[in-house]
Amino acid sequence: MILVFIEHKNCVLNKTSLEAITAAQAIAKDLGLKVSAVIPCDKDCSLANDIAQYDLEKVIVAKNEKLGTYTPDGYADAWSEVIKSTNPQYILMSHTYQVRDFAPKVAARFGREVVGDCIRYKSDQGKLTFTRRIFLGKLDADVTIGGDAPYFVTFQSGAFRGENAAKGTASVESMDVNVGEIRMTPEEPFQEAKASVDLTKSEIIVAIGRGIKSQENIAVAQQLADALGADLAASRPICDAEWLPIDRQIGSSGQTVAPKVYIALGISGAIQHIVGMKNAGTIVAINKDAEAPIFDIADYGIVGDLFEAVPVMIEEVKKAKA
Amino acid sequence: MKIIVLMKQVPNKDAVLRIAPDEKWINEADVAMQTNESDGYALEEALRIKEAKGEGEVVVCSLGSQSAKTVIKDALARGADRAIHVVVDGANKLSSHQIASAIADAIRDENPDLVFTGLQSDDASYGQTGVILAELLGIPHGTLIIEVDRSSLGDTLRIKRELESGWYQWFTYKLPALMTIQSGISQIRYASLKGIMAAKKKEIKDVTPGTGDFASASHVEKVYMPLKTKQTQILGDGDAKKGAVELVEKLRTEVRVL
Repeated sequence: MILVFIEHKNCVLNKTSLEAITAAQAIAKDLGLKVSAVIPCDKDCSLANDIAQYDLEKVIVAKNEKLGTYTPDGYADAWSEVIKSTNPQYILMSHTYQVRDFAPKVAARFGREVVGDCIRYKSDQGKLTFTRRIFLGKLDADVTIGGDAPYFVTFQSGAFRGENAAKGTASVESMDVNVGEIRMTPEEPFQEAKASVDLTKSEIIVAIGRGIKSQENIAVAQQLADALGADLAASRPICDAEWLPIDRQIGSSGQTVAPKVYIALGISGAIQHIVGMKNAGTIVAINKDAEAPIFDIADYGIVGDLFEAVPVMIEEVKKAKA
Repeated sequence: MKIIVLMKQVPNKDAVLRIAPDEKWINEADVAMQTNESDGYALEEALRIKEAKGEGEVVVCSLGSQSAKTVIKDALARGADRAIHVVVDGANKLSSHQIASAIADAIRDENPDLVFTGLQSDDASYGQTGVILAELLGIPHGTLIIEVDRSSLGDTLRIKRELESGWYQWFTYKLPALMTIQSGISQIRYASLKGIMAAKKKEIKDVTPGTGDFASASHVEKVYMPLKTKQTQILGDGDAKKGAVELVEKLRTEVRVL
């Protein structure tokens, strides 16, 4: 059996869990296994009936009063119990921030580790090979897992499509689980500052990365954005340095966007950035490093100095619009 | 208050990587190395806690070959008090559970109040060594820490975790605990000349880990350049200005946004 983790907050689904269902269904087909979903919750989770509309054997609600709010201790205890009573071959999850917080802990309890943040897998006569991105996206690694089941695997957001999860009917089962001492006390989650800029609505985005070199140089990127009628955005280091406010940040810890055109200036293309923009219609990359991973997903690329290219682009755009 | 900071030596961010002949890793010999980015922030946060508390000890621990001494000496120059070096050649062949268990053996008897690590390494990017280590040490953990409430420090510590899409959450942990620190948590200090001089007198303890097999390790079978998912049109033939003219023409005629 394959167990797939359904992530939620107050019984509201985190949609990346549907991607995990798609992944689990694909692997189940290759290996001739069945898939069940696991929802940790403090009550008879209202989400269970929605998840039961997918082609799964069972939806297991792992229930304990301490599972109302996420804690790594609570989730690790709940998962340990579910795994012990169901003996799964694989435990599949989407590589979210919550999963990376608790999944390695559960794996360690079973004397295992996680093959994490995979972007794809292949199956050869029942033997699975997983592919991970390493060295900040510069290389891929094919990875196999040694030893016996259970195997813990997480997939990067976007590796599978949630809308491809096969529909069906599953039975819902409630499983009371023991949860021991919780050694951390959570407060309510909050948003730092209400995002004043909603980049998800932008048609064109000009984004800057480390290659912009100084805060003063942002002006030239802004001029290009103005000429194109685009919004300005940035990768994480720019917002960490407070050269632009955090609501301009694109990537796993910022906004996820899919504009018509995304122009990446001096952005190398670390995975954490790419997951936030790879669904853009057209991706343009300008970077002096020909081996920057951003070129792997770019439709158009200029290998060269952005400070030479951008002023020319501004003039050309103005000419084209005149 | 004793804080152990785990720091790893990794290839420089901008280094051009060459795949090793056995296609299982890169040629590390010809690559410039640096301290893993988020580990630098972990050290900075540990030093700030010690300063805020007015007492305590910051111990750096690194697992790697003798070349990792560069990372250790730099950390000592920035203000760490002493170091433990888990000396392993070919550390890239170890999986995260193996690394965590070697480090657990090396630091268990230190009985730290806090263990800090970066949230993931920029080479293998397992992102789980810290969490597994916490489980092996039997202490609670938190990941993706973006702020530490230093005024809260006592038998407990209050920290802010980064969630996704601009959300955050504060947690209070019983100590001892392990935290994996997010890059950008604070401004990293440079080593002063005085610090560099003082570092020469600080203790670096070399330890050799036991060679326990770990049947459930993941194995890297092959590394390679990422398969391109898109046909990229490279414009300008290395001439950025010419490329810019061609690009705007493409945006007008092929993408049709102008």
